[in-house]
Amino acid sequence: MKLQFNSRPVVQAVAASAMAFNAVSAYADEDIDSLKKQLSDYEERLQQLEQDRDATTTTHLTNPARKQVKGNAFNPAISVILDGVYASYQNDPEDYALPGFALGGEAELAPEGFSLGHSEITLSNNIDDKFFGQLTIAIVEHENELEVELEEAFFETLALGHGFSIRGGRFYSAIGYLNQQHPHAWDFQDAPLVYRGMFGKQYYDDGLRASFITPTDVFFELGAEGFAGRKYPAGGEHSGAGVWTAFANVGGDIGVSHSWQAGVSYWNGDEIEREYGGHAHGGAAETPFFEGKSSIAGLNAIYKWAPNGNYREQNLKLQFEYFSRDEDGTLTMLTDAPPFETSTLDSKQDGWYAQARWKFMRNWAASVRYDMLDSDNTGSDVDVLDEAGLVTNGHTPKRVSVAAEWVPSEFSRIRLQYNRDDSYQVSDDQVYLQYTFSIGAHGAHAF
Amino acid sequence: MLSRLAARIAVIAASITCFFPAVSQATLNVFACEPEWAALASEIGGDRLTIYSATTSMQDPHHIQARPSLIAKARRADLLVCTGAELETGWLPLLLRKANNGDIQPGKPGYFMAADYVDMLEVPVKVDRSHGDVHASGNPHIHTDARNMLPVAAALVQHLKTLDSENAEYYSNRYDAFRTVWEAKLEEWKQRAMPLEDVNIVAHHNFWPYMNRWLGLIQVDTLEPLPGVTPSSSHLAAVKKHVAERGVSVIIRVGYANERPANWMSSQTGLPVVTLPASVDFHSGQKLDEWYDTLITSMINRPQ
Repeated sequence: MKLQFNSRPVVQAVAASAMAFNAVSAYADEDIDSLKKQLSDYEERLQQLEQDRDATTTTHLTNPARKQVKGNAFNPAISVILDGVYASYQNDPEDYALPGFALGGEAELAPEGFSLGHSEITLSNNIDDKFFGQLTIAIVEHENELEVELEEAFFETLALGHGFSIRGGRFYSAIGYLNQQHPHAWDFQDAPLVYRGMFGKQYYDDGLRASFITPTDVFFELGAEGFAGRKYPAGGEHSGAGVWTAFANVGGDIGVSHSWQAGVSYWNGDEIEREYGGHAHGGAAETPFFEGKSSIAGLNAIYKWAPNGNYREQNLKLQFEYFSRDEDGTLTMLTDAPPFETSTLDSKQDGWYAQARWKFMRNWAASVRYDMLDSDNTGSDVDVLDEAGLVTNGHTPKRVSVAAEWVPSEFSRIRLQYNRDDSYQVSDDQVYLQYTFSIGAHGAHAF
Repeated sequence: MLSRLAARIAVIAASITCFFPAVSQATLNVFACEPEWAALASEIGGDRLTIYSATTSMQDPHHIQARPSLIAKARRADLLVCTGAELETGWLPLLLRKANNGDIQPGKPGYFMAADYVDMLEVPVKVDRSHGDVHASGNPHIHTDARNMLPVAAALVQHLKTLDSENAEYYSNRYDAFRTVWEAKLEEWKQRAMPLEDVNIVAHHNFWPYMNRWLGLIQVDTLEPLPGVTPSSSHLAAVKKHVAERGVSVIIRVGYANERPANWMSSQTGLPVVTLPASVDFHSGQKLDEWYDTLITSMINRPQ
């Protein structure tokens, strides 16, 4: 483009030198000066235009064939969670116990030092106009063994009508509030003690859920689930539903800045066969085994505040959950070979936690949590109960946690957490430094 | 066990339904994701619609929670009117799944996305979150150009007629009236906005490309280094330099955004800050055209 302009001075120079012979050079010089000035003005404007054009094409391209259909247009939404933690403990994490609660499931602490949490892959999409489907796979390492856990694989109806919906497959139960959320959405690195003690972190199983929402201005949801009953804290084989649950949630807004939700839930297994996590006492490995009936009742309340309902800059969340468990049956200490020690068990346990998370700036949040458990377990052989970890010796498990989060975007979070942990008789100082990143589809989080 | 359970649920559900007698079906329930669509629906649907706006003009529509109150409203909606173009991607899909309402699922006449009917600006060549909160379908803030309301209204009236054929003529008449008034309004705004042509602006968030195209404003820079990313001091310093070089005359802040970055830039450059509401104040009864009036008036009467 510049060539066009550069050819002009040549022409002008030839013309000018020809004119010089005619002794009117003064006039010609003036002409050339004005042309030169004009030319440099043009060049400046051209440069400006080129700059503007570059800016437009690189970052503000306007509407290129937006109706284009790509081959992968029907691929499900994919999201990946990367999660890792550095954990530091004063006590040996292997010694961890919750007196009054025998531990099982995934109740153990994160390994000391660096470790990966749950690396998750979620695929989800509407199957057709009537069904939605989701698959969540977690890749976890347990004692140097890489394990692939199928956390969720379910379908859900979209168009049953009249406020009804059915979900089937494997999914997190709707009991409690935190139970349905994936751990990466939690406000702390670890589960509340009551979840650790009763559900071995979180409860999911294979089954069916039916839910109904009333046609009212106040949100009111009722539902029930039937599960196979194979997963902790149930266990064993059942021909029908080994476990069933029922839940009710109610919620609404107060003005534009306040929202709330409250729920009650119930979990029941009549004939469960639960194997707790085994441990060795300097000799033969012993695994407590419970056979009998178990029921859990829970209630929860959530309150959220954001100025003008604008959660971006600032918000506050208060959360409370309480669970009470009642169990009746027999407890057996399984070893390599019989005879096994056994005892009757009549167990009453309860626990609660309360927590608050305050996002005080767009990229920063602080959280605080208090946990407490209580239990009253009796049986025909106290020694068996003691070996299973069901005797408290007057200790009440408690824990205080504080955390600070840096949240550069919706997709990344760095968290520093400190626990003063009185789960068992020896107090522990626990520190976690955790990262959680989410890649891919924009995963929406429930209230 | 399961069948007993199902029977129990059915009984509970039935008894609850009796307690809340079916709401009168005289009007269509409209669930608008943003107040501008609530206001547009009200122009065309008049008193045949019961309209609920899920957000206010003081809320950032990217960052809404799928709250229980929204689920309850979506449960009863006959028509969903939203922007689309992934603006509501953080909450609407979840809301749709939780609402147990088949009438407003994608593909149904009760599912209406305004961005499907306008030409999108800033469709990215490459989608990568290192570019901030980008939208693969283009910039979603289509309502900031008043001209976009015409194609959206034309499509919306079709949905209303399908859903409520009894009142089809009513909707057609109101739509025709709206179009006539709107075309006159557009001409009036064009005249009024003439002094705004080629005025250089700096925006807080890249919220206004459609308004810029409509009114002829030139956006020199944004205070956010990338869409949705908090302004950093180094980026603000670069913007400050840019402002001096390009002869910017005003800083525009969208009503719900933090005011500190814009105020800082104003104190550094002496430029005025004009705060423009993100949308119609539907909750206080503001009308759609009144909001556009406010935009143009605020820009024309900006402090010099």
